[in-house]
Amino acid sequence: MIHVTINGKAIEIAEGSTILQAAKSAGIQIPTLCFLEKREPLGACRVCLVEVEGARTLVAACSTPCTEGQVVHVNSPKARAARKQVVELLLSEHDGDCQICERNEDCELRKLASDMGIRTVTFGGARAAPKRDASTPGLVRDNAKCIKCRRCVTVCNQVQGIGALFPQGRGFSTVIGPAFAGNLDGVTCVQCGQCAAVCPVGAITERSAIDDVWATLDDPAKTVIVQTAPAIRAALGEEFGYPPGTRVTGKMVSALRQMGFNAVFDTNFAADLTIMEEGTELLTRLKRALVDKDKTAALPMFTSCSPGWIQYAEYYYPNFLDHLSTCKSPQQMFGAVAKTFYAQKIGVKPEDLVVVSVMPCTAKKFEAQRPEMNSSGVRDVDYVLTTRELARMIRQANLAFAELPDGEMDAPLGLSTGAADIFANTGGVMEAALRTAYEIVTGRELPAENLHVKPIEGLEGIKEASVKIERTQPSWSFLEGVELKVAVSHGLGNTRRLLEKIRTGEVHYHFVEVMTCPGGCIGGGGQPRLTDDAVRLKRISAIYAEDESKKLRKSHDNPAIQDLYKEFLGRPNSHKVHGLLHTEYTKKERR
Amino acid sequence: MTTTCTCACAEAGPDEKELMGRLEEVLAEQKDKPGGLIPALQTAQAIFGYLPEAAMRRVAQAFDKSYSEVAGVVSFYSFFSTVPRGKYLVRVCLGTACYVRGGNEVLRAMKEKLGIDVGGTTPDRLFSLEVGRCFGACGMAPVLMVNDDLHQRVKPAKIGELLEKYRAPAAPAQEARP
Repeated sequence: MIHVTINGKAIEIAEGSTILQAAKSAGIQIPTLCFLEKREPLGACRVCLVEVEGARTLVAACSTPCTEGQVVHVNSPKARAARKQVVELLLSEHDGDCQICERNEDCELRKLASDMGIRTVTFGGARAAPKRDASTPGLVRDNAKCIKCRRCVTVCNQVQGIGALFPQGRGFSTVIGPAFAGNLDGVTCVQCGQCAAVCPVGAITERSAIDDVWATLDDPAKTVIVQTAPAIRAALGEEFGYPPGTRVTGKMVSALRQMGFNAVFDTNFAADLTIMEEGTELLTRLKRALVDKDKTAALPMFTSCSPGWIQYAEYYYPNFLDHLSTCKSPQQMFGAVAKTFYAQKIGVKPEDLVVVSVMPCTAKKFEAQRPEMNSSGVRDVDYVLTTRELARMIRQANLAFAELPDGEMDAPLGLSTGAADIFANTGGVMEAALRTAYEIVTGRELPAENLHVKPIEGLEGIKEASVKIERTQPSWSFLEGVELKVAVSHGLGNTRRLLEKIRTGEVHYHFVEVMTCPGGCIGGGGQPRLTDDAVRLKRISAIYAEDESKKLRKSHDNPAIQDLYKEFLGRPNSHKVHGLLHTEYTKKERR
Repeated sequence: MTTTCTCACAEAGPDEKELMGRLEEVLAEQKDKPGGLIPALQTAQAIFGYLPEAAMRRVAQAFDKSYSEVAGVVSFYSFFSTVPRGKYLVRVCLGTACYVRGGNEVLRAMKEKLGIDVGGTTPDRLFSLEVGRCFGACGMAPVLMVNDDLHQRVKPAKIGELLEKYRAPAAPAQEARP
């Protein structure tokens, strides 16, 4: 331990800590911009400059280590003036159309300027010409707004291991973007949107579907229904001033109803359906592998809910494509069921039924327009909104969110169990699958306290668990005594590490859950900004609370799902189901 | 972008396939060396005369790096070129010593005489023009280089004469590119 003094406060801190860490531990705030938690500090933006007694110059708090006896002044006149000038210089380069910018509610640069009391920009600096890149379905980039903090570069390269974005060129003319400052569709990008999630300004955002959704809501010829992903209810409140981790399911339902949707449904319904299909698929694969000794039964099986992960496998691990569950994601299962079963039920032609999704995700925008996703004969999901876009629409509709009553989802596609809620966080899909698969095989409830599989909870990058199967039902006796081994990864960098271990035979599993984004969907690229680990953990607790509040907490207990099979689908993994709820994957060449 | 080498070196006649084959040989040797990316790109540029997109993508793949990262490295260093260059690469030094002794005037005269801007290549593919940042010959400033030839104390008025030597049929025989 070493001793430093910051703003007159004596602080004891572990050797190797930075001034920023020491300040944070003592509750002293230092503004930052390029800094991302858990990543090597860049020291690129200079927004965290502080004065250290005896030092020749001001230093960046994020990248300067503490030394014994160091005396730091965060708010000396020199430090304050320097930080103000740094932000002024950033403003001089930034194409700040703040009145109409998409980020004007939560722009970090605007907040810094406001906190520092900047009311004039003294420098008339050169600016990059606006260049809008809308070449991909999920994301839009605008270089003129970029302030070159490189947070997107850090996330894309270090956290996700994709490297679609990288500094191009040199010096003042540096552009942060795809190769040679070209468009995003010219390089490999899985559309996860983590770049948009960490961008402090309006340089990277989702490609908005708001205008299209208003237009379809205003079209009297269309029946417009909406599905909301499980992760939305644990995060939407943040857009309206609620603390992270506030569940706003009921208010969200009321808002959607008042916005004019003909029915408010739940992606959770389709998540329960996914468990029925994916659980059956897993058990079938296990039987083929263990009893039939079928070499083509690829194990481990991987979950397939996360469209960024699907693209990642298509680009980087095509040899694993046979291992992916053939199940469509819940979003697409919902679309397929809505435009067949539900359309028939209400007597509307599929082409007159519009399905809007609210997703925590930018890759879902990509997924919805994949050519395979037309199993109803028309596009199964028409428009995808992110959590942030939904919040904007609620404001555009002049709804006082806090005043809204708690509404209930509509039947039948709005009914779900707690198992569906936990699809929102890392480890959740696996836990939901185990709750159902174990019970199918043994006839008994999963022997885990409160149905939670503790080892796969939390934010550890790669997690594993095993479940011993004993006293099976007669038809599943081949699984007697089998220790079912499962693993969970989130974030594509972690996923790559796990895949390499599996590929080289270092580890063996039966079933693996992969989520593209750190923390799972609750930390998705379309969620309220900024998501750090503290926010992730609060959203995850909210999701588990939502699960525990449900009377039914296992997907196979969902009566609406049971009816759907009885009335329409037949059995899980049946022929009819395969056409509607399952899909296939294609190897893609990296660009 | 076309991957055919259209610069003057094509006279010798190696086709794209052959050049890619040579690149493969180099990559096989260099791809596992730490810090091997920049040397590999230098070699690739020596093979093709510039860095065609196909070559950069192949290098990225071999080093398990994203194309954006390789492009970031290529666009950082002025040494690398992604467009075909002429037979002679003219680099006018604008380092501090050359700059204060009239390097900019030399550059202006060079642009005028060649009829191209920095980064450009003459239509006859004889000359490409780049700016250099100190060749370590400050005592002879202002200097410029034509491929490996160093020209010292260059006067803007003598640029035409200097270029004529390279235009003549018996132009200095030398390696076409760095």
